[in-house]
Amino acid sequence: MAKLYFKPSKKEENLVVPSKRTIDFLLNYSKSLQVLEFQNFKFETILN
Amino acid sequence: MKNNTLSDAVLVNNYISGNESALSILIERHKQRIYSFIYSKVFDRDASEDIFQDTFIKVIRTLKNGKYNEEGKFLPWVMRIAHNLVIDHFRKGNRMPKFEDNGEFSIFSVISDGNLNAEKKLIKSQVEDDLRNIIQELPEDQKEVLVMRMYKDMSFKEISDKTGVSINTALGRMRYALINLRKVIEKNNIVLTD
Repeated sequence: MAKLYFKPSKKEENLVVPSKRTIDFLLNYSKSLQVLEFQNFKFETILN
Repeated sequence: MKNNTLSDAVLVNNYISGNESALSILIERHKQRIYSFIYSKVFDRDASEDIFQDTFIKVIRTLKNGKYNEEGKFLPWVMRIAHNLVIDHFRKGNRMPKFEDNGEFSIFSVISDGNLNAEKKLIKSQVEDDLRNIIQELPEDQKEVLVMRMYKDMSFKEISDKTGVSINTALGRMRYALINLRKVIEKNNIVLTD
């Protein structure tokens, strides 16, 4: 009986981590972000 | 497998050097802790996802711009960013109405304006008229003080100067004016709510 009550549900397990979509977005964002330096200035560009 | 044993500092350096997979390991390693922290504050799945995403966007930009210094440790630094973004979230929440995607969406809960509608305007003006009429029933000295205080927004010092009585007397007249107003309202069963 205790197992029934204390085993976290699938929903709760998912609740403590961000979705795969969010992580994929971050990894893709990171890959596409380029920082260019030109005469002491830094420019951020997002490459598609 | 070897990558998973690398310290955060090494992974951060690798990432700054251009190794994109280092970021993936860092996120995998700390995602639960950071996300749980955010969720424990905002108790909202969508908001937590947004804040988690914004946190790492900030991390990525800082690292790629070469602005990260190794003074602090990676995880406390990221947690601090997340913490600041949680605070921003609550500040923003106070200014902007929140739309919750719970399936029962009413457009009026988002777009309704704070202005009074025609019915409420009418009721408000009737209440104000009634109140003005009741004030006319007060003794002259009390009416004078109440009008100066409530309608002309004068301080009791100014009322005292203007009427030539002491501040205490002005305060007393205001008190009796309010007591008498209540009596009239109760006696005549006047409803002054909108």
